Amino acid sequence: MAQFMEGLLYSESHEFIRVEGEFGYIGISDYAQHALGNVVYVDMPDVDDEVTAGEEFGAVESVKAASDLISPVSGTVVEVNEALEDEPELLNKDAFANWIIKVQLSDPSELDNLMDAKAYEAFCENA
Amino acid sequence: MEKKTCLYDRHVALGALMSPFGGFIMPIQYSNITDEHNAVRQHCGVFDVSHMGEVRITGPDAERYVQHIFTNDVSGAPIGQIYYGMMLYPNGGTVDDLLVYKMGENDFFLVINAANIDKDVAWMKEHTAGFDINLNHQSDYYGQLAVQGPEAEAVVEEVLGISCSELKFYTAKVVGDIIISRTGYTGEDGFEIYGSHEFTQKSWDKLIESGRCKPCGLGCRDTLRFEVGLPLYGDELSADISPVMAGLSMFCKLDKPEFIGKEALVEQKANGVPQKLVGIELADKAIPRHGYAVLNNDGEVVGEVTTGYHCLSVDKSVCMALVKTEFAKLDTPLQVQIRKKVFPGVVVKKKFYDKHYKK
Repeated sequence: MAQFMEGLLYSESHEFIRVEGEFGYIGISDYAQHALGNVVYVDMPDVDDEVTAGEEFGAVESVKAASDLISPVSGTVVEVNEALEDEPELLNKDAFANWIIKVQLSDPSELDNLMDAKAYEAFCENA
Repeated sequence: MEKKTCLYDRHVALGALMSPFGGFIMPIQYSNITDEHNAVRQHCGVFDVSHMGEVRITGPDAERYVQHIFTNDVSGAPIGQIYYGMMLYPNGGTVDDLLVYKMGENDFFLVINAANIDKDVAWMKEHTAGFDINLNHQSDYYGQLAVQGPEAEAVVEEVLGISCSELKFYTAKVVGDIIISRTGYTGEDGFEIYGSHEFTQKSWDKLIESGRCKPCGLGCRDTLRFEVGLPLYGDELSADISPVMAGLSMFCKLDKPEFIGKEALVEQKANGVPQKLVGIELADKAIPRHGYAVLNNDGEVVGEVTTGYHCLSVDKSVCMALVKTEFAKLDTPLQVQIRKKVFPGVVVKKKFYDKHYKK
Protein backbone atom coordinates (compact mmCIF):
# COMPACT_ATOMS: atom_id res chain seq x y z
CA MET A 1 0.00 0.00 0.00
CA ALA A 2 1.26 3.42 -0.91
CA GLN A 3 2.09 5.84 1.91
CA PHE A 4 0.84 9.43 1.92
CA MET A 5 3.14 11.44 4.14
CA GLU A 6 1.68 14.40 6.03
CA GLY A 7 3.45 17.72 5.90
CA LEU A 8 4.36 17.50 2.21
CA LEU A 9 2.65 19.03 -0.79
CA TYR A 10 1.85 16.98 -3.89
CA SER A 11 1.25 17.56 -7.60
CA GLU A 12 -1.12 15.73 -9.92
CA SER A 13 1.92 14.32 -11.72
CA HIS A 14 2.94 12.63 -8.44
CA GLU A 15 5.88 14.76 -7.34
CA PHE A 16 6.12 15.90 -3.73
CA ILE A 17 7.77 19.01 -2.31
CA ARG A 18 8.92 19.48 1.26
CA VAL A 19 9.23 23.20 1.94
CA GLU A 20 11.88 24.50 4.32
CA GLY A 21 11.97 28.30 4.33
CA GLU A 22 12.84 29.57 0.86
CA PHE A 23 13.89 26.08 -0.29
CA GLY A 24 11.94 23.05 -1.45
CA TYR A 25 13.02 19.40 -1.68
CA ILE A 26 11.34 17.76 -4.68
CA GLY A 27 10.95 14.03 -5.24
CA ILE A 28 8.43 11.43 -6.37
CA SER A 29 5.66 10.13 -4.15
CA ASP A 30 5.52 6.63 -2.74
CA TYR A 31 2.46 6.07 -4.95
CA ALA A 32 4.60 6.99 -7.98
CA GLN A 33 7.48 4.67 -7.10
CA HIS A 34 4.99 1.80 -6.65
CA ALA A 35 3.51 2.50 -10.05
CA LEU A 36 6.94 2.71 -11.71
CA GLY A 37 8.43 -0.47 -10.29
CA ASN A 38 12.22 -0.93 -10.13
CA VAL A 39 13.86 2.41 -10.76
CA VAL A 40 17.09 1.91 -12.71
CA TYR A 41 18.08 5.46 -13.63
CA VAL A 42 17.29 9.00 -12.55
CA ASP A 43 17.93 11.76 -15.08
CA MET A 44 18.58 14.90 -13.01
CA PRO A 45 19.25 18.54 -13.93
CA ASP A 46 22.46 20.35 -12.99
CA VAL A 47 22.94 22.74 -10.10
CA ASP A 48 22.03 26.32 -11.16
CA ASP A 49 19.53 25.07 -13.77
CA GLU A 50 16.21 26.88 -13.71
CA VAL A 51 13.05 24.83 -13.27
CA THR A 52 9.52 26.01 -14.05
CA ALA A 53 6.27 24.95 -12.41
CA GLY A 54 4.48 22.45 -14.65
CA GLU A 55 7.53 21.77 -16.81
CA GLU A 56 9.76 18.74 -17.09
CA PHE A 57 13.08 18.83 -15.22
CA GLY A 58 14.28 15.25 -15.59
CA ALA A 59 13.04 11.69 -15.71
CA VAL A 60 12.83 8.52 -13.70
CA GLU A 61 13.45 5.33 -15.62
CA SER A 62 12.15 1.93 -14.62
CA VAL A 63 13.12 -1.20 -16.55
CA LYS A 64 10.10 -0.83 -18.76
CA ALA A 65 9.59 2.89 -19.24
CA ALA A 66 10.80 6.45 -18.75
CA SER A 67 8.58 8.81 -16.79
CA ASP A 68 9.09 12.59 -16.92
CA LEU A 69 9.64 14.53 -13.72
CA ILE A 70 7.48 17.67 -13.64
CA SER A 71 8.48 20.46 -11.31
CA PRO A 72 5.72 21.54 -8.89
CA VAL A 73 7.34 24.99 -8.50
CA SER A 74 9.59 27.47 -10.28
CA GLY A 75 13.07 28.28 -9.07
CA THR A 76 16.76 27.48 -9.23
CA VAL A 77 18.30 24.08 -8.57
CA VAL A 78 20.73 24.46 -5.64
CA GLU A 79 21.47 20.78 -5.04
CA VAL A 80 20.83 17.41 -6.67
CA ASN A 81 20.73 14.14 -4.75
CA GLU A 82 23.93 12.58 -6.08
CA ALA A 83 23.31 9.34 -4.17
CA LEU A 84 20.66 8.53 -6.81
CA GLU A 85 23.32 8.41 -9.52
CA ASP A 86 24.76 5.22 -8.09
CA GLU A 87 21.70 3.93 -6.26
CA PRO A 88 18.54 4.90 -8.16
CA GLU A 89 16.75 2.08 -6.32
CA LEU A 90 16.76 4.32 -3.22
CA LEU A 91 13.55 5.78 -4.68
CA ASN A 92 11.92 2.36 -4.28
CA LYS A 93 13.26 1.90 -0.77
CA ASP A 94 12.04 5.25 0.57
CA ALA A 95 10.73 7.74 -1.94
CA PHE A 96 10.04 10.48 0.61
CA ALA A 97 13.48 10.34 2.27
CA ASN A 98 15.25 10.41 -1.09
CA TRP A 99 14.40 13.76 -2.61
CA ILE A 100 15.75 14.33 -6.14
CA ILE A 101 16.47 18.07 -6.32
CA LYS A 102 16.59 21.00 -3.86
CA VAL A 103 15.22 24.21 -5.35
CA GLN A 104 15.29 27.82 -4.26
CA LEU A 105 11.71 28.93 -4.81
CA SER A 106 11.18 31.99 -7.00
CA ASP A 107 7.42 32.21 -6.43
CA PRO A 108 6.18 30.60 -3.19
CA SER A 109 2.58 31.43 -4.15
CA GLU A 110 2.79 28.50 -6.59
CA LEU A 111 2.59 26.22 -3.56
CA ASP A 112 -1.09 27.15 -3.27
CA ASN A 113 -1.77 25.10 -6.43
CA LEU A 114 -0.58 21.85 -4.80
CA MET A 115 -2.44 19.26 -2.73
CA ASP A 116 -1.92 18.27 0.89
CA ALA A 117 -1.59 14.58 1.81
CA LYS A 118 -5.34 14.04 2.27
CA ALA A 119 -6.28 15.67 -1.01
CA TYR A 120 -3.50 13.78 -2.82
CA GLU A 121 -4.59 10.44 -1.38
CA ALA A 122 -8.14 11.12 -2.59
CA PHE A 123 -6.72 12.12 -5.98
CA CYS A 124 -4.80 8.81 -6.26
CA GLU A 125 -7.83 6.76 -5.21
CA ASN A 126 -9.83 8.29 -8.04
CA ALA A 127 -7.02 7.87 -10.57
CA MET B 1 -11.55 -4.59 -26.70
CA GLU B 2 -8.57 -6.80 -25.92
CA LYS B 3 -8.90 -10.56 -25.79
CA LYS B 4 -8.09 -12.54 -22.66
CA THR B 5 -6.08 -15.75 -22.59
CA CYS B 6 -7.37 -18.82 -20.77
CA LEU B 7 -5.14 -17.88 -17.81
CA TYR B 8 -6.43 -14.31 -17.39
CA ASP B 9 -8.21 -14.95 -14.07
CA ARG B 10 -5.07 -16.60 -12.67
CA HIS B 11 -2.91 -13.60 -13.57
CA VAL B 12 -5.32 -11.23 -11.87
CA ALA B 13 -5.46 -13.48 -8.78
CA LEU B 14 -1.65 -13.41 -8.62
CA GLY B 15 -1.76 -9.61 -8.62
CA ALA B 16 -0.13 -9.18 -12.03
CA LEU B 17 0.14 -5.78 -13.64
CA MET B 18 -2.02 -6.29 -16.74
CA SER B 19 -1.58 -4.32 -19.95
CA PRO B 20 -2.63 -4.53 -23.59
CA PHE B 21 -0.18 -6.33 -25.90
CA GLY B 22 -0.82 -7.57 -29.41
CA GLY B 23 -4.59 -7.38 -29.05
CA PHE B 24 -4.61 -9.23 -25.72
CA ILE B 25 -4.63 -8.06 -22.12
CA MET B 26 -1.46 -9.69 -20.83
CA PRO B 27 0.55 -9.87 -17.59
CA ILE B 28 3.54 -7.49 -17.75
CA GLN B 29 4.91 -8.44 -14.34
CA TYR B 30 3.81 -10.29 -11.21
CA SER B 31 6.50 -9.17 -8.73
CA ASN B 32 9.06 -7.13 -10.62
CA ILE B 33 10.80 -7.46 -13.95
CA THR B 34 14.30 -7.85 -12.51
CA ASP B 35 13.41 -10.76 -10.21
CA GLU B 36 11.49 -12.51 -12.96
CA HIS B 37 14.34 -11.96 -15.43
CA ASN B 38 16.86 -13.44 -12.97
CA ALA B 39 14.60 -16.41 -12.19
CA VAL B 40 14.73 -17.43 -15.86
CA ARG B 41 18.50 -16.89 -16.14
CA GLN B 42 19.26 -18.81 -12.93
CA HIS B 43 16.39 -21.24 -12.25
CA CYS B 44 13.05 -21.49 -14.01
CA GLY B 45 10.15 -19.27 -15.03
CA VAL B 46 6.81 -19.92 -16.70
CA PHE B 47 5.19 -17.54 -19.19
CA ASP B 48 1.63 -17.50 -20.45
CA VAL B 49 2.18 -17.12 -24.18
CA SER B 50 -1.30 -18.23 -25.16
CA HIS B 51 -1.65 -15.02 -27.14
CA MET B 52 0.61 -16.46 -29.84
CA GLY B 53 -1.23 -17.64 -32.97
CA GLU B 54 -1.22 -21.14 -34.45
CA VAL B 55 -2.01 -22.27 -38.00
CA ARG B 56 -1.93 -25.88 -39.21
CA ILE B 57 -1.16 -26.50 -42.87
CA THR B 58 -1.95 -29.97 -44.25
CA GLY B 59 -2.72 -31.51 -47.61
CA PRO B 60 -0.88 -32.86 -50.63
CA ASP B 61 0.85 -29.52 -51.37
CA ALA B 62 1.52 -28.47 -47.74
CA GLU B 63 5.30 -28.60 -48.02
CA ARG B 64 5.39 -26.84 -51.38
CA TYR B 65 3.09 -24.15 -49.94
CA VAL B 66 5.23 -23.61 -46.82
CA GLN B 67 8.30 -23.38 -49.02
CA HIS B 68 6.49 -20.67 -51.04
CA ILE B 69 5.52 -18.40 -48.13
CA PHE B 70 8.45 -19.06 -45.73
CA THR B 71 12.08 -17.96 -46.05
CA ASN B 72 13.73 -20.97 -44.41
CA ASP B 73 14.04 -24.36 -46.13
CA VAL B 74 11.90 -27.16 -44.70
CA SER B 75 12.57 -29.63 -47.55
CA GLY B 76 13.87 -32.99 -46.46
CA ALA B 77 13.35 -32.17 -42.79
CA PRO B 78 12.83 -34.98 -40.31
CA ILE B 79 9.46 -35.06 -38.56
CA GLY B 80 9.65 -32.98 -35.38
CA GLN B 81 12.14 -30.48 -36.78
CA ILE B 82 11.42 -26.78 -36.20
CA TYR B 83 12.55 -23.84 -38.32
CA TYR B 84 12.69 -20.13 -37.57
CA GLY B 85 12.17 -17.76 -40.47
CA MET B 86 9.94 -15.07 -41.95
CA MET B 87 7.08 -14.49 -44.31
CA LEU B 88 7.99 -11.62 -46.63
CA TYR B 89 6.30 -9.15 -48.91
CA PRO B 90 7.56 -9.23 -52.50
CA ASN B 91 9.69 -6.14 -51.73
CA GLY B 92 11.52 -7.98 -48.94
CA GLY B 93 9.70 -6.26 -46.07
CA THR B 94 8.61 -8.60 -43.31
CA VAL B 95 5.02 -9.80 -42.88
CA ASP B 96 5.98 -11.66 -39.68
CA ASP B 97 8.64 -13.87 -38.18
CA LEU B 98 7.48 -17.31 -37.16
CA LEU B 99 8.31 -20.88 -36.22
CA VAL B 100 7.39 -23.74 -38.55
CA TYR B 101 7.06 -27.20 -36.98
CA LYS B 102 7.17 -30.21 -39.29
CA MET B 103 4.58 -32.48 -37.68
CA GLY B 104 4.44 -35.07 -40.48
CA GLU B 105 4.81 -35.40 -44.22
CA ASN B 106 2.85 -32.46 -45.66
CA ASP B 107 1.77 -31.45 -42.16
CA PHE B 108 3.11 -28.21 -40.67
CA PHE B 109 2.31 -26.21 -37.52
CA LEU B 110 3.03 -22.48 -37.82
CA VAL B 111 3.39 -20.25 -34.74
CA ILE B 112 2.89 -16.53 -35.40
CA ASN B 113 2.96 -13.30 -33.40
CA ALA B 114 -0.22 -12.30 -31.55
CA ALA B 115 -0.28 -8.79 -32.97
CA ASN B 116 -0.07 -10.18 -36.51
CA ILE B 117 -2.60 -13.03 -36.35
CA ASP B 118 -5.31 -11.44 -38.50
CA LYS B 119 -2.82 -10.02 -40.99
CA ASP B 120 -0.86 -13.28 -41.24
CA VAL B 121 -3.87 -15.54 -41.70
CA ALA B 122 -5.23 -13.20 -44.39
CA TRP B 123 -1.78 -13.20 -46.05
CA MET B 124 -1.59 -16.99 -45.98
CA LYS B 125 -5.10 -17.34 -47.43
CA GLU B 126 -4.26 -14.88 -50.21
CA HIS B 127 -1.45 -17.14 -51.36
CA THR B 128 -3.12 -20.54 -51.45
CA ALA B 129 -4.07 -20.39 -55.13
CA GLY B 130 -2.51 -23.32 -56.98
CA PHE B 131 -1.84 -25.28 -53.79
CA ASP B 132 -3.98 -28.20 -52.65
CA ILE B 133 -3.86 -27.56 -48.90
CA ASN B 134 -6.03 -27.20 -45.83
CA LEU B 135 -5.34 -24.09 -43.76
CA ASN B 136 -6.67 -24.54 -40.25
CA HIS B 137 -6.46 -21.47 -37.99
CA GLN B 138 -6.18 -22.87 -34.45
CA SER B 139 -5.32 -19.82 -32.31
CA ASP B 140 -8.59 -20.02 -30.41
CA TYR B 141 -8.04 -23.68 -29.54
CA TYR B 142 -4.48 -23.62 -28.26
CA GLY B 143 -3.15 -22.22 -25.02
CA GLN B 144 0.63 -22.05 -24.75
CA LEU B 145 3.06 -22.13 -21.85
CA ALA B 146 6.78 -21.36 -22.09
CA VAL B 147 8.81 -22.98 -19.30
CA GLN B 148 12.27 -21.41 -19.48
CA GLY B 149 15.54 -21.56 -17.59
CA PRO B 150 18.33 -23.98 -16.70
CA GLU B 151 15.95 -26.00 -14.49
CA ALA B 152 13.16 -26.15 -17.10
CA GLU B 153 13.82 -29.75 -18.16
CA ALA B 154 13.61 -31.06 -14.59
CA VAL B 155 10.50 -28.98 -13.88
CA VAL B 156 8.65 -30.14 -17.00
CA GLU B 157 9.52 -33.79 -16.34
CA GLU B 158 8.90 -33.82 -12.61
CA VAL B 159 6.06 -31.33 -12.17
CA LEU B 160 4.15 -31.88 -15.41
CA GLY B 161 5.19 -35.51 -15.89
CA ILE B 162 6.09 -34.96 -19.54
CA SER B 163 9.34 -36.59 -20.65
CA CYS B 164 11.36 -34.07 -22.62
CA SER B 165 15.04 -34.76 -21.90
CA GLU B 166 15.40 -36.54 -25.25
CA LEU B 167 14.13 -33.52 -27.20
CA LYS B 168 16.92 -31.73 -29.02
CA PHE B 169 17.03 -27.95 -29.50
CA TYR B 170 14.41 -26.86 -32.05
CA THR B 171 12.60 -30.19 -32.15
CA ALA B 172 9.07 -31.08 -31.07
CA LYS B 173 6.97 -34.11 -30.30
CA VAL B 174 3.30 -34.86 -29.78
CA VAL B 175 2.18 -36.24 -26.43
CA GLY B 176 -1.54 -37.13 -26.51
CA ASP B 177 -3.16 -33.96 -27.79
CA ILE B 178 -0.38 -31.58 -26.82
CA ILE B 179 2.73 -30.43 -28.69
CA ILE B 180 5.94 -29.83 -26.75
CA SER B 181 9.11 -28.32 -28.24
CA ARG B 182 12.56 -27.38 -27.00
CA THR B 183 12.25 -23.73 -27.99
CA GLY B 184 11.82 -20.34 -26.39
CA TYR B 185 12.46 -16.65 -26.56
CA THR B 186 14.77 -16.09 -23.62
CA GLY B 187 18.22 -17.37 -24.64
CA GLU B 188 17.96 -20.10 -22.00
CA ASP B 189 17.12 -23.77 -22.30
CA GLY B 190 13.39 -24.32 -22.15
CA PHE B 191 10.19 -25.71 -23.59
CA GLU B 192 7.04 -24.43 -25.20
CA ILE B 193 3.91 -26.48 -24.67
CA TYR B 194 0.78 -26.12 -26.79
CA GLY B 195 -2.45 -27.64 -25.52
CA SER B 196 -6.14 -27.09 -24.92
CA HIS B 197 -7.22 -24.33 -22.57
CA GLU B 198 -8.05 -26.94 -19.93
CA PHE B 199 -4.60 -28.53 -20.22
CA THR B 200 -2.93 -25.12 -20.12
CA GLN B 201 -4.85 -24.08 -17.00
CA LYS B 202 -4.11 -27.35 -15.16
CA SER B 203 -0.44 -27.25 -16.12
CA TRP B 204 -0.10 -23.62 -15.05
CA ASP B 205 -1.63 -24.46 -11.66
CA LYS B 206 0.75 -27.39 -11.16
CA LEU B 207 3.78 -25.28 -12.09
CA ILE B 208 2.83 -22.41 -9.77
CA GLU B 209 1.85 -24.70 -6.89
CA SER B 210 5.14 -26.59 -7.18
CA GLY B 211 7.02 -23.45 -6.17
CA ARG B 212 9.78 -24.46 -8.61
CA CYS B 213 8.79 -22.10 -11.34
CA LYS B 214 8.28 -18.34 -11.02
CA PRO B 215 5.39 -16.77 -12.94
CA CYS B 216 6.98 -14.37 -15.42
CA GLY B 217 5.37 -11.57 -17.41
CA LEU B 218 5.97 -10.07 -20.82
CA GLY B 219 8.17 -7.37 -19.25
CA CYS B 220 11.01 -9.78 -18.56
CA ARG B 221 10.25 -11.74 -21.72
CA ASP B 222 11.28 -8.58 -23.56
CA THR B 223 14.43 -7.94 -21.48
CA LEU B 224 15.47 -11.60 -21.82
CA ARG B 225 15.01 -11.79 -25.59
CA PHE B 226 16.57 -8.38 -26.10
CA GLU B 227 19.84 -9.04 -24.30
CA VAL B 228 20.53 -12.19 -26.33
CA GLY B 229 19.80 -10.27 -29.55
CA LEU B 230 16.51 -11.91 -30.55
CA PRO B 231 14.30 -9.66 -32.69
CA LEU B 232 10.74 -8.61 -31.88
CA TYR B 233 8.39 -7.95 -34.78
CA GLY B 234 7.42 -4.28 -34.64
CA ASP B 235 10.84 -3.30 -33.26
CA GLU B 236 13.61 -5.08 -35.19
CA LEU B 237 11.46 -6.43 -38.03
CA SER B 238 8.55 -4.77 -39.84
CA ALA B 239 7.04 -4.18 -43.25
CA ASP B 240 9.90 -1.68 -43.73
CA ILE B 241 12.68 -3.84 -42.23
CA SER B 242 13.80 -6.87 -44.22
CA PRO B 243 15.66 -9.80 -42.65
CA VAL B 244 18.79 -8.68 -44.53
CA MET B 245 18.62 -5.28 -42.83
CA ALA B 246 18.02 -6.98 -39.48
CA GLY B 247 21.02 -9.31 -39.90
CA LEU B 248 18.83 -12.41 -40.15
CA SER B 249 19.90 -13.59 -43.62
CA MET B 250 20.91 -16.97 -42.24
CA PHE B 251 17.19 -17.78 -41.90
CA CYS B 252 16.52 -16.93 -45.55
CA LYS B 253 17.65 -19.70 -47.87
CA LEU B 254 18.37 -17.98 -51.15
CA ASP B 255 19.32 -21.33 -52.72
CA LYS B 256 15.66 -22.40 -52.51
CA PRO B 257 14.00 -22.36 -55.96
CA GLU B 258 11.61 -19.62 -54.88
CA PHE B 259 9.75 -17.97 -52.03
CA ILE B 260 7.83 -14.72 -51.79
CA GLY B 261 10.37 -11.93 -51.38
CA LYS B 262 13.36 -13.94 -52.57
CA GLU B 263 14.15 -11.70 -55.54
CA ALA B 264 14.18 -8.63 -53.30
CA LEU B 265 16.56 -10.30 -50.86
CA VAL B 266 18.87 -11.42 -53.66
CA GLU B 267 18.98 -7.81 -54.86
CA GLN B 268 19.62 -6.53 -51.29
CA LYS B 269 22.44 -9.03 -50.76
CA ALA B 270 24.02 -8.05 -54.09
CA ASN B 271 23.69 -4.27 -53.85
CA GLY B 272 23.60 -3.72 -50.12
CA VAL B 273 20.87 -2.22 -47.95
CA PRO B 274 20.52 1.45 -46.94
CA GLN B 275 20.18 0.66 -43.23
CA LYS B 276 21.33 -2.10 -40.91
CA LEU B 277 20.46 -3.19 -37.43
CA VAL B 278 23.31 -2.75 -34.94
CA GLY B 279 23.94 -2.91 -31.23
CA ILE B 280 25.02 0.25 -29.42
CA GLU B 281 26.56 0.31 -25.97
CA LEU B 282 26.39 3.57 -24.04
CA ALA B 283 28.99 4.85 -21.62
CA ASP B 284 26.30 6.28 -19.34
CA LYS B 285 23.41 4.58 -17.55
CA ALA B 286 20.67 6.58 -19.30
CA ILE B 287 18.34 4.27 -21.18
CA PRO B 288 17.79 4.47 -24.93
CA ARG B 289 14.16 3.62 -25.83
CA HIS B 290 12.33 2.63 -29.01
CA GLY B 291 12.14 5.57 -31.40
CA TYR B 292 14.94 7.69 -29.90
CA ALA B 293 17.24 9.28 -32.49
CA VAL B 294 20.75 7.95 -33.16
CA LEU B 295 23.27 10.63 -34.17
CA ASN B 296 26.72 10.58 -35.68
CA ASN B 297 29.56 12.58 -34.14
CA ASP B 298 28.50 15.64 -36.16
CA GLY B 299 25.07 15.50 -34.53
CA GLU B 300 23.25 14.41 -37.68
CA VAL B 301 20.46 11.87 -37.29
CA VAL B 302 21.64 8.58 -38.83
CA GLY B 303 19.18 6.13 -37.32
CA GLU B 304 16.67 5.19 -34.67
CA VAL B 305 16.62 2.97 -31.58
CA THR B 306 14.49 -0.19 -32.02
CA THR B 307 14.77 -1.58 -28.47
CA GLY B 308 16.86 -0.41 -25.53
CA TYR B 309 17.29 -1.26 -21.89
CA HIS B 310 19.60 -1.00 -19.01
CA CYS B 311 20.74 -4.58 -19.62
CA LEU B 312 20.14 -6.52 -16.42
CA SER B 313 22.69 -9.30 -16.92
CA VAL B 314 25.65 -7.05 -17.78
CA ASP B 315 24.67 -3.80 -15.98
CA LYS B 316 25.09 -1.59 -19.06
CA SER B 317 22.73 0.61 -21.05
CA VAL B 318 22.49 -0.87 -24.53
CA CYS B 319 20.17 -0.79 -27.49
CA MET B 320 19.52 -2.20 -30.90
CA ALA B 321 19.16 0.48 -33.55
CA LEU B 322 18.53 0.71 -37.27
CA VAL B 323 21.26 2.98 -38.68
CA LYS B 324 22.54 4.04 -42.09
CA THR B 325 24.79 1.26 -43.34
CA GLU B 326 27.90 3.48 -43.40
CA PHE B 327 27.64 3.74 -39.59
CA ALA B 328 27.01 0.04 -38.96
CA LYS B 329 30.61 -1.14 -38.58
CA LEU B 330 31.71 -2.42 -35.18
CA ASP B 331 33.39 0.22 -32.98
CA THR B 332 31.83 3.14 -34.89
CA PRO B 333 31.20 5.97 -32.40
CA LEU B 334 27.53 7.01 -32.37
CA GLN B 335 25.36 9.02 -30.00
CA VAL B 336 21.82 8.55 -28.75
CA GLN B 337 19.50 11.45 -28.00
CA ILE B 338 17.79 10.70 -24.69
CA ARG B 339 15.33 13.47 -23.90
CA LYS B 340 17.34 16.73 -23.88
CA LYS B 341 20.80 15.18 -23.67
CA VAL B 342 23.01 13.33 -26.10
CA PHE B 343 24.91 10.31 -24.80
CA PRO B 344 28.01 8.84 -26.47
CA GLY B 345 28.12 5.20 -27.42
CA VAL B 346 29.80 2.74 -29.74
CA VAL B 347 28.59 0.09 -32.19
CA VAL B 348 28.86 -3.40 -30.71
CA LYS B 349 27.52 -6.84 -31.59
CA LYS B 350 23.77 -6.92 -31.09
CA LYS B 351 24.00 -9.65 -28.53
CA PHE B 352 24.66 -8.38 -25.04
CA TYR B 353 24.55 -11.67 -23.18
CA ASP B 354 25.45 -15.19 -24.36
CA LYS B 355 22.69 -17.69 -25.00
CA HIS B 356 22.65 -20.83 -22.88
CA TYR B 357 20.86 -23.32 -25.07
CA LYS B 358 21.04 -27.04 -24.47
CA LYS B 359 21.61 -28.48 -27.92
